[in-house]
Order: sequence, then C-alpha cells, then structure tokens
Amino acid sequence: MSLAPGTSVRVKADWPELRGRCHIRTPHYVRGETGTILRHLGDFPNPEDLAFARPAAATPLYHVRFDQPSLWGEGAPGDDIVIELFAHWLEPL
Amino acid sequence: MTIATLDHDTLLKALQRVLADKDIARPDEIAERIRITDAGTPAQGARMVAKAWCDPAFRTLMLADGASAAALLDIPMRGAPPLGVLENTADLHHLVVCTLCSCYPRAVLGYPPFWFKSAAYRARAVRDPLGLLTEFGTTLPASTALRVVDSTADYRWMVLPLRPHGTENWSEAELASLVHAGDMIGVTIPTVA
Amino acid sequence: MHDIGGVPRFLCEPVDPSPHSLTEFDRTVDAIRQILGQKQVMSVDELRRGIESLPEATYFGLSYYERWLRSITAILLEKSVITEAELMAAATAP
Repeated sequence: MSLAPGTSVRVKADWPELRGRCHIRTPHYVRGETGTILRHLGDFPNPEDLAFARPAAATPLYHVRFDQPSLWGEGAPGDDIVIELFAHWLEPL
Repeated sequence: MTIATLDHDTLLKALQRVLADKDIARPDEIAERIRITDAGTPAQGARMVAKAWCDPAFRTLMLADGASAAALLDIPMRGAPPLGVLENTADLHHLVVCTLCSCYPRAVLGYPPFWFKSAAYRARAVRDPLGLLTEFGTTLPASTALRVVDSTADYRWMVLPLRPHGTENWSEAELASLVHAGDMIGVTIPTVA
Repeated sequence: MHDIGGVPRFLCEPVDPSPHSLTEFDRTVDAIRQILGQKQVMSVDELRRGIESLPEATYFGLSYYERWLRSITAILLEKSVITEAELMAAATAP
C-alpha cells in the first residue's frame, strides 16, 4: 500500500495500551481523527515489534497533517500539526 | 535489599561493573562515547543554517536530505537517524516537539535541553503553541501560520529559520553566531542585537 | 503516562527555559544506552517501553536519566543479559 500526498486518512481509534503490554508511537490525541498525507518518509522497522525484540517488518511511515483547531476545538485557523505515523494506523477515506 | 531499593548512583556503578565484566560496555568505551556525544552542539546546526542562508545549492540539499548536508560539513552522522529540515518562510513557522518522549536532532544540536524534555513543553506545544511561543518571547506576524511537528518516529527534525534582516553582508561565521538551539527547534527566531 | 501531548494537567505549567547542565551520572547513562544500541543488546524502542512501564508515581518521581537507568536495568534483566544476583553482588562489592 502506498498513500499519495493529499490522501485523506483516518487514524484508527485503537487503544492497545488498554489490552496489555505494548509500545506504540501514535499519540492519543490523533486517534480517531482525520488528517491528510503530506508525504511518504520511507519504510522503517515497526517499533511496536522492536520494543519487544521481535522481528520487525519494514513499515511505510508517513508525514500526516491535522488541522490544529479541529483536534482541540481551539487554536488559530490555518495552524496545523504534522506527525509521523505508520501505515497500519491509517485508513484512507 | 533488592534492586528497587538501591539508590541510583549505586545502581549505576553496579550496572557499569557488570557490563564491564561481560565486555558489553567497558569504561574506555563509555568515556569515548561521552567524548563523541559532548562534541555534538548547537554550533553544528548553526553552521548548517548559516551555509544554507549563503549557498542556494546547499540549501536545496539540506531541505531534501539533512543528513547528507550535515555530512558535507563534516558533522558525524553515521548511525544517526534521518534528519528532516523544516524551512520557515514568511507564511509558515515550524515548532518541533516530541510528545511521546524526547526525540531531538542530537547529531546537529547536541543533548536535548532540559525544557525540551519537560512535561510542560511536551504537553503544551501541540495544544497551546502560540502561548508557548509568547513565553519564549517570540511573536509571529498575524499572517504567518504555525505548524507544530510532533517527532513521533524515525526522523529527527530541525528548523531552518528565516535569515534576519540587516545581515546582508555578514560572513557565514558571523551568521552562525546568531543561531541558537531554540531557533532550530522553533521556540525562538534569530535576531540581530 | 508518557503520551502527554495536550494533557490538561500540564497546560498551566510554565516552561522553565533555564539551562541545566548534565551531570556525570546523566552522561554515563546516556553513553551506556548508546553502546547497548550500537551493539544491538537493546533497542531505543525497548528503552522507551521500559520507561513507559514505570508506574506513574515512579515516572514523575525520577529524573530523566534515572528513568533511563531503571528502564535499562529492567530490560537487561528481562532479556537475561544480566541477572539480579550479578547486579546485587556488584552493588555490595567493595
């Protein structure tokens, strides 16, 4: 799967930390939120496996942009937040 | 007595002893690592910024591949994560944070400062970035949008700030002396005194 | 408790921008972490998992590099790179 720049994506509203031991790099404040792919940054070993010294598959990493006001219900229009997110957290819309 | 009850200095000395006995981390290796790490300072990143202000080809390379640009200035990048460079313009200002831990472009800026690792900075940068900038004494023009970059994964990010007015005839070395760590994270902007 | 972007309890806290220099303790822990990474004894993601596993009260009671030291120790014990007996022997040796 490769997501083109400009693609709208939703971040999965998943909370693995409620199910047991885990290590994830998707901040709580973007889960379930909608953003836009800025670019593909490359493929990197999945940190969720690296954290447990398991074999880690190369996983696409994207820079994803979110509107600041829509995340928090505050902030200036036009301001945004850009985050590195792995492909398995993203659902194209 | 258990490990949990050991004070931290005792625990560290014990760990160093065990790792030395197992030839995993010898005292000389630790000393060498400290020496190399101490050599990474914001002056490295400042040299890159100053060169980018003076040399359009270097600027293009730096924005496309920060690590290659750093290596071109003999900044050691072997084993370092990829370095992304965020270009400030009149329309867009960047602010870097790591809300999950304290990812920092150490190869070009050195150890992360205390404030960058603080809970207050990490929590507020994504939610109240304008308030945070005000606290650092930074005011952006109303027409400049603010982009917060949360450094969550494999890249490390540095900001290429705008060159201040009134520096048209300055040398690269003079320009580099203007640029501080906060300018390359985006909490401050370089200014001529 | 590490995932604190936008978390309300910190939003009214001012940021202390004053420089804090690192101690010998801090530099040593940092260097050990780098060596363990280079030698593939433990990854930075394992370090982070260890820090994230600290109970909240412990997390906020420790300095930055004290968290690292606790995490490194726990991960190396978990992976049997070192044992508790070795560590306690080294801690009590003259």
